[in-house]
Amino acid sequence: MRQDVQFSLPDDASEASGSIDAVQQAIQHAPQRAQVLLAGEIVPAAESQAQDLQWRRFSSVFLSNPRVLTGLYIVGFFILIGLFGPFLTHQDPNALSSDMFRAPSPAHWLGTTQRGEDIFSQIAYGARVSLLMSFAAAIGATLIAVVAGLAAGYFGGWIDEVISFLINIFLVLPGMPLAIVIASFAVKGPVTIVLVLLFTSWPWGARVLRAQTLSIRQREFVTSARVIGERPWQVILVEILPNEIALVASSFVSTFVHATLTAVALEFLGLGDMMVASWGTVLHWAQVDSALMANGWWQFVPAGLCVAILCAGLTFINFGIDEIANPALRSERKLRKSKKGIA
Amino acid sequence: MSIQEQAQKLLDVTDLTIDYEAANGTVHAVKNVSFTLHRGEILGIAGESGCGKSTLAYGIARLLRPPAQVAGGQVLYYPRKDRQDAYYSAASSLQDVLQEQDSIDILQLSSEQLRAFRWHELSIVFQSAMNALNPVMTIGMQIIDVLQAHLPDKPMRFYKRRAIELLDLVGITADRLNSYPHQLSGGMRQRTVIAIALALRPDLIIMDEPTTALDVVIQREILELISSLCKEFNTALIFITHDLSLLLELSHKIAIMYAGNLVEQATSREMYHHPGHPYSYGLLNAFPTLDGPQLQMVGIPGAPPDLRQVPPGCAFNPRCIMAFDACRRVVPQLRPVSAETSERKVACHLYDPRFSVRGPTTEQIAYCYETLSEGARVE
Amino acid sequence: MSTSSQLENPDLSQTSEAILEVKHLYKKFVMHRLNPLARTQAVQAVENVSFALYAGRATALVGESGSGKSTIARILARLYEPTEGEVHFHGKPLKKQEGAGSLSTYRRNVQMVFQDPFSSLNPVHNVQHHLSRPLRVNNYVQNAKQETEHILALLRRVSLTPAEQFISKYPHQLSGGQRQRVVIARALATRPEVLLADEPVSMLDVSIRLDILNLLLRLKKEERIAVLFITHDIASARYFAEETLVLYAGQMVEGGPSDVITQQPRHPYTRLLISSAPNPKVLDRVSDGAEEMPARGEIPSLIHPPSGCRFHPRCPHAMPVCKERFPARTILGDNHWIHCHLYGEEAKLPAENLAN
Repeated sequence: MRQDVQFSLPDDASEASGSIDAVQQAIQHAPQRAQVLLAGEIVPAAESQAQDLQWRRFSSVFLSNPRVLTGLYIVGFFILIGLFGPFLTHQDPNALSSDMFRAPSPAHWLGTTQRGEDIFSQIAYGARVSLLMSFAAAIGATLIAVVAGLAAGYFGGWIDEVISFLINIFLVLPGMPLAIVIASFAVKGPVTIVLVLLFTSWPWGARVLRAQTLSIRQREFVTSARVIGERPWQVILVEILPNEIALVASSFVSTFVHATLTAVALEFLGLGDMMVASWGTVLHWAQVDSALMANGWWQFVPAGLCVAILCAGLTFINFGIDEIANPALRSERKLRKSKKGIA
Repeated sequence: MSIQEQAQKLLDVTDLTIDYEAANGTVHAVKNVSFTLHRGEILGIAGESGCGKSTLAYGIARLLRPPAQVAGGQVLYYPRKDRQDAYYSAASSLQDVLQEQDSIDILQLSSEQLRAFRWHELSIVFQSAMNALNPVMTIGMQIIDVLQAHLPDKPMRFYKRRAIELLDLVGITADRLNSYPHQLSGGMRQRTVIAIALALRPDLIIMDEPTTALDVVIQREILELISSLCKEFNTALIFITHDLSLLLELSHKIAIMYAGNLVEQATSREMYHHPGHPYSYGLLNAFPTLDGPQLQMVGIPGAPPDLRQVPPGCAFNPRCIMAFDACRRVVPQLRPVSAETSERKVACHLYDPRFSVRGPTTEQIAYCYETLSEGARVE
Repeated sequence: MSTSSQLENPDLSQTSEAILEVKHLYKKFVMHRLNPLARTQAVQAVENVSFALYAGRATALVGESGSGKSTIARILARLYEPTEGEVHFHGKPLKKQEGAGSLSTYRRNVQMVFQDPFSSLNPVHNVQHHLSRPLRVNNYVQNAKQETEHILALLRRVSLTPAEQFISKYPHQLSGGQRQRVVIARALATRPEVLLADEPVSMLDVSIRLDILNLLLRLKKEERIAVLFITHDIASARYFAEETLVLYAGQMVEGGPSDVITQQPRHPYTRLLISSAPNPKVLDRVSDGAEEMPARGEIPSLIHPPSGCRFHPRCPHAMPVCKERFPARTILGDNHWIHCHLYGEEAKLPAENLAN
């Protein structure tokens, strides 16, 4: 705090005498005091640590939440598998061998298929394929959702009508049957699956982002930006989008989960490229080979578990994003922990 | 009959303290607030943001939710023992307590007693209450709903008759019984909320900024309505607002709050002519006037403090034109200005006999504020 | 200099040319109906409004909700297009489709300050970003160093010192008054000629309102800005502006020097406004000159507004002609004008009698 010009009085004085009358002193010192008070806003010391809002919130909320950390570890683990897994196994996933339909053993950590392919290699290589497919689909769908949602929300008018119409159509059409129909007519393979996923996953995010944009658009800082003369694309990218980052991130993660599950389902039905090892094709072959009835759990349990655990990890991350965006959830968690509260 | 002749105590608040438990410490929203309210009296509580006036009202009505909680004090209420009218249901749990003593501490009531207490003795009108009306129920049904909740087992014509009576009291015609809130204007919705508050003829009503969202003409009407209703039913009113000029016309007594403390309490006439606390003076003179000479005015420098970082000693001292160093160290207590008038109280070291012979006169405070204006003009 | 003499006798003579002039402005908002066969309804927000803004002078638009004052400001900020009527900037009318050049000149010179300090600043950007936007969008500065210097100078002009500390703060770290100062600084970044202030202090604490108003007064004087001050509080209009215009339900009803409007109001609505305003002088039982008007009625719906003079359903002096047509302007002398049949040619009583 800056120096305050204040006169002092002995405050253990028991009786005020004429010479130390506070009122008289106050009157005498008033002009100097006025100068101090008029000299400008006094910035309280505690506030002068100007911390970046985003980073502080991120690190304190996101990284300290046990669920989020679990999710990050899980997803990190799978990414590592995808990057380095193939180096751990020295076997080509498609290599046939004479060890057919063996249970897990030191030679084959997760056993073999009916044709002797090493399942661990399939899972390791497959992680790469599955993750890449889902990632591409999620990125693409989120991009489309952002463009469509923000444009519809900001511009209104016929742009909004057209985009909303498209969103509604895609939401009404059942996603999975549509995906199956499209995939069965096109060239089978990861690229088709990614395109199909793009086509069917964008509306969800777009609808949410449109609603959020409509609400932010009413705020006066958007009107100010327009009055200053910012062009529409500047307003959208600089003013509105940064306020929606949490929603975009959350939408991306959800789409990732959805894409993973749908891709696995489509491949399971045989609509993927059967020659490329991925989690879904592993499950497909497991079904074709009747692994369940032959008690060959090693053929489908690992792949299924990978999918399930990855999706769980992603969902945990989403909880963390929710808590950043909605501080009320944070304090609920704290209150539940502290068990205090008297009305 | 003047207030003095009718002077029966209704509410006695002593050292009420309310805290908020935040993540990084405790925030003292209301600190050692004490005041007395008599039957039929209108007390206005004025203050700016963060002063704790709404928290105080909710605390008295036992409406606080965690993380807010009452940390100390008592709120004594002296109900009438001889109520006979049909709108009073003698809840046995409350009556038992009253057999032994004259007053009850609202803060100590059990939930059952609280339920008997609420709306019969005390009702509350919230901030922007007109938006709190249920949009899918007609206003008639909403009034009847309240009546049914507190006076069960009566025939429907009883409720309907009372609802029409209440709407008539606030100046709404009976044909509006079947209107939905969105069909009414803002002023009419506010009247409806006031009618609901009056449903059971409570002796105390708390109103938290009831006219803030209304236009000035409607505001005048609502204030006149409130004033006449209080006179008619001898209802005491705690009126909370940030607009001190409303209180000067409406209330008998005014209390000024700053950063959780009650800093001055006086009748409205005294407050208008002789504000005692430098903050009160500054607040009164922060409103441009409709008539009188046009001079450059200066508000109060600085801004109301964040309750998480309240200045030590007197919370107002960094902004006070008459502050001295005791103000930075010791929190002033609310004490009577002089021995005769115990009604007029100020929490300011300038009135402490240890520091000055007598407190500053209004002219002296005015002189000090004038140095601020002069300093500002020279700029 | 002292502000008092300037306000007592404001020189409203039009010696200088008007910077921004509004001529017979109308604005209707069409309401979209789900049923294509139903008749389209429109909110008649502004009807036949005309006034002018001059350099270094503040004009107050006073009215309650639904009076159209915010709509007028937004039309002047070119957020809406008028349905009818013209806006002249330095004598030249504004056109709907304009070249980017002239639109950006207009935007550089006409800026706006909003009511809510909590939503006028984007919570994800700091003060530096907020103040740099108008500079960048309008190519006002050449490089980053100039930009920072300009921003620091702006912060000092609105008394946010030490400026170096404020430049990196985020809105949630600032108080309401500080935020409003940032908003004002942003509006001044390109040295505009006109400032539209839409209720700039109504959401601030009482004790800091005067600070902000005094800041605006100082800036108005120093930069010779024309200020349009929109408010519902006629007392602050008197304090701040030389000229006051009273609006009711989209129509202009009275206008003139602020002191004259507040001390000798003539229009029944103006008198209702003034007598409704909280006035502690009642405690002294001092008669305040303006006749006590009985408060009655509500602001009408703007979708089906009353015909003619929209105040006639509430006016205690209403005559049959008030329902038929909106009164023409009557000059009451010395830049004080009124739209009221009581003072028009049909007036049976001389104007002075109605003051009693």
